[in-house]
Amino acid sequence: MADFLQLTVSGLSTGMIYALAAAGFVVIYKASDVINFTQGDLLLLGTYLIFFAVAQIGLPWSLGVLVTILLAVAVALAIERLVLRPLIGEPIISMIMVTIGLSSILRGLVNAIWGPAPRSFESFLPEGSVVLGPAVLSTGRLLSIPIALVVLAALWLFFRHTRDGIAMRAIADDQQAALSMGISIPRVFGVAWGLAAASAAIGGIMLGNIVGVTPNVAAIGLHVFPVVILGGLDSIRGAVVGGALIGLLEAYTGGYVGHGLNLVVPYAVLILVLMVRPYGLFGKEIIERV
Amino acid sequence: MSYECGVFHTRYRSDMGLRPKPAQRIRLALFAAAVLVFPFFASPYWLDLANQVAIATVGAIGLNILVGYTGQISLGQGAFMAVGAYAAGLLTLNLGLPWGVSIVLACFITAAVGTFFGLPSLRLKGLYLAIATLAAQEIVQWLMVHWTALTGGTEAIVLPSPRLFGIRLNSAFSFYWIAVLAAAGTALFTANLFRSRAGRAFVAVRDQDIAASVIGVDVFRTKLLAFATSSFFAGLAGALIAFYRSIVTWERFTLEVSIVYLAMIIVGGLGTVRGSLFGAALITLLPALITNAGRALQETAPAVATLLPYAQQGVFGLVIILFLIFEPKGLSKLWGNVKDYFHVWPFAYRRG
Repeated sequence: MADFLQLTVSGLSTGMIYALAAAGFVVIYKASDVINFTQGDLLLLGTYLIFFAVAQIGLPWSLGVLVTILLAVAVALAIERLVLRPLIGEPIISMIMVTIGLSSILRGLVNAIWGPAPRSFESFLPEGSVVLGPAVLSTGRLLSIPIALVVLAALWLFFRHTRDGIAMRAIADDQQAALSMGISIPRVFGVAWGLAAASAAIGGIMLGNIVGVTPNVAAIGLHVFPVVILGGLDSIRGAVVGGALIGLLEAYTGGYVGHGLNLVVPYAVLILVLMVRPYGLFGKEIIERV
Repeated sequence: MSYECGVFHTRYRSDMGLRPKPAQRIRLALFAAAVLVFPFFASPYWLDLANQVAIATVGAIGLNILVGYTGQISLGQGAFMAVGAYAAGLLTLNLGLPWGVSIVLACFITAAVGTFFGLPSLRLKGLYLAIATLAAQEIVQWLMVHWTALTGGTEAIVLPSPRLFGIRLNSAFSFYWIAVLAAAGTALFTANLFRSRAGRAFVAVRDQDIAASVIGVDVFRTKLLAFATSSFFAGLAGALIAFYRSIVTWERFTLEVSIVYLAMIIVGGLGTVRGSLFGAALITLLPALITNAGRALQETAPAVATLLPYAQQGVFGLVIILFLIFEPKGLSKLWGNVKDYFHVWPFAYRRG
């Protein structure tokens, strides 16, 4: 029982970080149909930027978080403007490869600036642990769950109620119709990349607190795919549910079965979902005509 | 077939030839001569690079059949090459088959595995298929490391060196001939494949799959055939690497490898055989060039040399992005531009 609680909490907290990364992926995919392989590297950038702000410059953590998010958004806006915008309307393979190329550049830059050795900074999520019956749960991990949920809820509200959010949904629905209604597509794409970077930066900040600052963080980028496929490529709700499910699944298989099976089970789930329900739990079913 | 001005065919034979123009045949002959003479003058370092390029060409053409010609995006190239390498290695090691036989068998085994992983293409395409092949890559990678009984896990498989008439074949010089023969055979096969019914069906599926099925192409069968053909050559490349290096480890066949091969065909040119060669050469030689540049800089600026591995990563990404933005059709198109310029030189008046 103690094991179960512990695994559940650690699974949910990793799952929420997946959800933050996945939400960024979903926002970009929804707005611009770009498949973003740089999501993991945006997380990586987030962890190193918070390390830079808090440990290297010595800012208080509240200011550090703000600086991290702003810098990440700036990087994402630059990416959108310089690389993605010239490629609007190119085939999928170009989109996949261009983001893979970006991810390679980002990783190279981060490694060149901060070196490959793991770093750490003083965690500003409260240390210590909560004793819940037989289980001892770390406060940092527990806290990261509500933080992520708040951010994700904010994203969801943004899509429902703000002008830019509604414009984004309009573009996702029909790009030409949206254009003819006077929606500025470049602006919306910029907003989408900014939001994705912000949510990834928050995920990165939490990772930096919970796990530490290492180049391995970028590997999480690939875990985004099982999450978004399970949840549905264009659904924030799906990202939350998918993130939680994949996080829990990984924690349970890692805890009870072992053999590194937790690394491969999400992909088995992914193939299964693709075969049975390719649009995922909450995604929109696409009907194609010639 | 699009024809350039000044090219007239008066017979069907010349119209349908693989290389119908005399200039093309001369260029091919020159290239072949250069390839044949090269190993007698090259240092072992350059021979080794040439072997890598030749093997990469086989793999890149294989991937291009699937991605460039049939339009099925695959992130599983590394996994397919792994299957080829492990199959060839284990057949030789456990069953004692001669190296030639196990290479051929490895190709067919990889084709079978590739067909299996092509099954999702019945329902999926585009992004979804790409993600499915990503899953295939991860699953095969996990099997390589954890199926210890078959693959030996993280321990590398060490192979005996292949011999022919008592000559050791995995030295850079002798392996050169095998690798070049394999690359040439793959290129010839592929160039002819796309003049045949099956190859045309591949292209039809790429351009519009629903329209292709309307005109009578069995789309699913064609996709599976493309997966099989493509992974056949991926398996060949994997098996060649296994015998060239005499060692098979999972680290050689990770997702990075799949990405590198995708980069080769993007940079070289999707859906062209010569593009696969150009891309394989550029992407294989790029790290070597950067390393050499770094060595040259080591004395003047030692700080730069320590950044070298990250520079390689960055430049790799940069090359992909620059090609996608400025020349999406790749080196193949650039080469075509050069040829077009000289075709009616000095009377520059045409657009290809």
